[in-house]
Amino acid sequence: MHAEEKLTHETWPAEPEKSTLEAKNKFLGFWFFLGGETVLFASLFATYLALKDKVPDTTHTLAKDLFDLPLTFVATMLLLTSSLTSVYAMYHMKNFNAKKMNLWLILTLLLGAAFLALEVYEFSHYVHEYHHTFTSSAFGSAFYTLVGFHGAHVAFGLLWITTLIVRNYNRGLDLYNAPKFYVASLYWHFIDVVWVFIFTVVYLMGMVG
Amino acid sequence: MSTYAQKKGFGATLWDYLTTVDHKKIAILYLIAGGFFFVVGGLEAVFIRIQLAVPNNDFVSAGLFNEIITMHGTTMIFLAAMPLVFAFMNAVMPLQIGARDVAFPFVNALGFWLFFFGGVFLNLSWFFDGAPDAGWTSYASLAMASKGHGVDFYVLGLQISGLGTLIGGINFLVTIINMRAPGMTYMRMPLFTWTTFVTSALILFAFPPLTVGLVLMMFDRMFGSNFFVTTMGGNTVIWEHLFWIFGHPEVYILILPAFGIFSEIFPMFSRKRLFGYSSMVFATVLIGFLGFMVWAHHMFTTGLGPVANAIFAVATMAIGVPTGIKIFNWLFTIWGGSVKFTTPMHWALAFIPSFLAGGVTGVMLAAAAADYQYHDTYFVVAHFHYVIVGGVVFAIFAGTHLYWPKMFGTMLNETLGKITFWLFFIGFHMTFFIQHFLGLWGMPRRVFTYLPGQGFETSNLISSIGAVFMSLAVIVMLYNIIMTSVKNVKVGNDPWGDGRTLEWALPSPPPFYNFKQLPLVRGLDAYWLEKMEGKKGMTPAEPLGDIHMPNSSFLPFVIAFGLFVAAFGALFNMDDKAWSVPVIIIGLLITFGAMFLRSVKDDHGFHIHKEELMEDDNDKGVKA
Repeated sequence: MHAEEKLTHETWPAEPEKSTLEAKNKFLGFWFFLGGETVLFASLFATYLALKDKVPDTTHTLAKDLFDLPLTFVATMLLLTSSLTSVYAMYHMKNFNAKKMNLWLILTLLLGAAFLALEVYEFSHYVHEYHHTFTSSAFGSAFYTLVGFHGAHVAFGLLWITTLIVRNYNRGLDLYNAPKFYVASLYWHFIDVVWVFIFTVVYLMGMVG
Repeated sequence: MSTYAQKKGFGATLWDYLTTVDHKKIAILYLIAGGFFFVVGGLEAVFIRIQLAVPNNDFVSAGLFNEIITMHGTTMIFLAAMPLVFAFMNAVMPLQIGARDVAFPFVNALGFWLFFFGGVFLNLSWFFDGAPDAGWTSYASLAMASKGHGVDFYVLGLQISGLGTLIGGINFLVTIINMRAPGMTYMRMPLFTWTTFVTSALILFAFPPLTVGLVLMMFDRMFGSNFFVTTMGGNTVIWEHLFWIFGHPEVYILILPAFGIFSEIFPMFSRKRLFGYSSMVFATVLIGFLGFMVWAHHMFTTGLGPVANAIFAVATMAIGVPTGIKIFNWLFTIWGGSVKFTTPMHWALAFIPSFLAGGVTGVMLAAAAADYQYHDTYFVVAHFHYVIVGGVVFAIFAGTHLYWPKMFGTMLNETLGKITFWLFFIGFHMTFFIQHFLGLWGMPRRVFTYLPGQGFETSNLISSIGAVFMSLAVIVMLYNIIMTSVKNVKVGNDPWGDGRTLEWALPSPPPFYNFKQLPLVRGLDAYWLEKMEGKKGMTPAEPLGDIHMPNSSFLPFVIAFGLFVAAFGALFNMDDKAWSVPVIIIGLLITFGAMFLRSVKDDHGFHIHKEELMEDDNDKGVKA
């Protein structure tokens, strides 16, 4: 199959994300990229664990007094749900239904944006209430770097998916843009998985001291 | 495509190379840029040896000496050895698997330009109050205390070029998995392709820790964070870990492709198939795997404790086993072969004892208790130069002579090639063999001078004289390159006469689409197999048809250039210069703008039509 072919609902392949050589390459290459990203986050997690609660003096707030579980629980639910909505979007992509795909992707974007807004609130809360800043201690540096790297990934994902939706809004699906949507959803799942680890390692483990 | 036969002007050629996405041209770019940085790093080495030739020398100051050793190591590893290895991977690997290009031609070009601008940025530090001076490992305890902007150039330059390497690795992995010709199963892949494959996997998993380490150091130096500031709870050992989790796989990233090149040379010029092919593949994969398990052997004296030291010591010694398998397989390949002493074969034969010496000292260093004596002495310097020069640099010289005809269509002069070899071989052992003893006698590494009467004078002088021989060797090779390029005697498909793998079935240099029809691979050493059955070339695996090719693009250059601009802004932001923030923003806008353009503008590539390909057949010979 060629990327430029005009397809109908009947001729649309079962796996449009892998039906041309370019698409197969993109699919596999993106998985490898996510492999590299995993190591990147692993390094950040290791750094965080090494520097957790490492502060210059006793006036600094430690993890167990800092984190607010209800807030991060809401954030977690938002991001997990956004992963689900992106699954629905891909379901409609595979069924050659661009309209519904866009609808679910927009929902994904809204949930992602809400998550990001909560994170911004959370950070400013720590800064203003606890003077826990990027430069106040090694703990602060490690915390904001790990969670901030994840937040930056979410922000990039929002821009990326928005660009994809806007660019392809009027021309529907073809084998050239279907893999693009697919890898964007893979990316979205990935940042969701990373968040699950952040929730566990940073927040839950933070609460038990 | 008769237009391709026309002579192009200089401007058009330059534009062609700035926008190319063809793996063969990108290989030439890597070769030129890597070769340039090799000469720069070599000059720095010469300055080191001049300074150390006699005791109490004042050829360079102590501070400048620190900058020179740092830049020598960093340049040689990141900007010379890796790009030169990448040059051969790009030039040869797609041909060896019977592919028309790599999986992501655009990304391939982007990888090159990121490396190039990162390297240029790092070297521009010489012109802005000083180069980095914390050693190529840039340990945080030294780097955080370094005055001026040297370390910032190191951090930002390596970050940019590291990104280029990472995407290059992903590209090669996907290419090898998805784009092999019909019949090219994994266990029929030439060893150089196998080592490219494993190396790319190492790049993929080893570079992110470096990225993180560099980010942390950038944050600490530029934005006031405290990762390595002990008074604020920071810990400098984190840098050591992150650096070596990258740094140790990095040495295998360098040496595995070197093994691959030699594994091509031995069967070619022994005219015998590679002994123990499957054990070679197994050993390559095992070395790649174990390469991630041994990083802390660089940190035996850091104080990780006896348990950690013991585990890492044993893991390190274990790597000797697959490497030993390889050495024996190469020896058995030569055994009973009809050996032809070409220039590449000279390098390959010299590689075995030279590299083996480095391997033996490696096992000595792996004994943690003994390492407390060797650590930070010239013994270590001798060890890693034996493996890196005796392994990687020998392979780069060998590969340059071996693949020159495939890349440029003309042979390098064999006599001059052998002169290069002998000068370099003698110079190399003269410089570095004696350094083992200097280390055991107690000369610490990284000192800018030493006192007379400590027994170091003669040995250091001998070592410095060796550097002269190596310099002469490089000059002879450059002369060889210029002379043969001027003469430009064209050669055919298989100029060595003993080509075994697919690249030798193609014209030298191959047409830009590589294979008119994808070849049918019927076994290991696919081309050799056909030759032995009296055929002239490969059997096609498909009828002649349209070929899909990617479009050239200027965007890779622009994306990399934007980061280069932004890096300048980030660096001078530390001095509170008013213009620095706008410069960062402009740079990032250039990069992300170009990425945005790439994303929204459809790029379907183009097709070479069947008729044009048939026309090509008729006016062969005219075409370059």
